Amino acid sequence: MFTQFKYWKPFVGPFDPCKPIRVKSYSTPPQLYMNFQPPGLPQFTPQEALMAGTLWPQLYSPYPDPQKGGNPHG
Amino acid sequence: MAKQMPPEYYQCLEEIQALDFVLVELNLYLDTHNHDFDAIQQFNETAKLSMQLKVEFEKKFHPLMNFGRSYSNYPWNIDDSPWPWQV
Amino acid sequence: MFYYEKKLQYPVRVSTCNPMLAKFLIEQYGGADGELAAALRYMNQRYTIPDKVIGLLNDIAMEEFSHLEMIATMIYKLTKDATPEQMVAAGIGDHYVNHDKALFYHNAAGVPWTASYIQAKGDPIADLYEDIAAEEKARATYQWLIDISDDPDINDGLRFLREREVVHSMRFREAVEILKDEQNQKKFF
Ligand SMILES: [Fe+2]
Repeated sequence: MFTQFKYWKPFVGPFDPCKPIRVKSYSTPPQLYMNFQPPGLPQFTPQEALMAGTLWPQLYSPYPDPQKGGNPHG
Repeated sequence: MAKQMPPEYYQCLEEIQALDFVLVELNLYLDTHNHDFDAIQQFNETAKLSMQLKVEFEKKFHPLMNFGRSYSNYPWNIDDSPWPWQV
Repeated sequence: MFYYEKKLQYPVRVSTCNPMLAKFLIEQYGGADGELAAALRYMNQRYTIPDKVIGLLNDIAMEEFSHLEMIATMIYKLTKDATPEQMVAAGIGDHYVNHDKALFYHNAAGVPWTASYIQAKGDPIADLYEDIAAEEKARATYQWLIDISDDPDINDGLRFLREREVVHSMRFREAVEILKDEQNQKKFF
């Protein structure tokens, strides 16, 4: 199983002017892990698919990071 | 075309948008999976449903397509209804 | 030929009159990684790409035009009834003096769209790798737009558009797999 966000800790220097963001993240959406979509994947209903932006839950990529409570870079 | 569209318009439109979205997704998928029989069957069935909804929508509200893909009422009502960026 | 269908791909809603957001969104209208660039790139590459993937480029190009219309709708609604004073306060006085409320193909910094944003190399792998990169860059732009927008309805539309870039990237990756497949060679030689 893959995760859709990766985290890293940038160097924090004593002379950085802004309040440091100690953990930064970037997006690693599902298409990076699916070489070729296999047939017969489970589907959303048409209404759900429209709202999600894809027919297949396995290609759904939430943004901002749900783990971060909607705070994209924190 | 100062008239407002009723709430039913938005509801019918969204039903069509949902089915047509499934068609876009299946279409792109089939472009790279042209032997997926089940997906083709689902595509054809969804296309039929979408066409049925559009016939109903056009009877109630306005023609959807130009250049003869939809019928017009009298007077010419293909332009006489709000545009997608207006509604 | 092309037919127009009088509906958006997705129900676009806008909560508040906010011309400043329009200034940012125009990046995806006339910017380097925007929807116009995407639509024109694929539409043009389709002529010389191998037959097996023409359909995909054609269909994604079509969908990109639907996205261009969605972005245009957001920008139109965000500025429609804004006063000149509001336009100035939002930092788009420079747009207003040149275009009034009219949309124009430029990016968030006002740089007009140019064909040098896109390429058609004629080499299918080079072209498809450009297309994959373009989708990832458009996805990233939508992320940064969502980050700075506080309009929940606009964000709903932007999330849809970001997800579409994910799916397009998936399909272009599959197109590369189709073109590099050794098995197909056996059928022909
Ligand atoms: Fe795209």
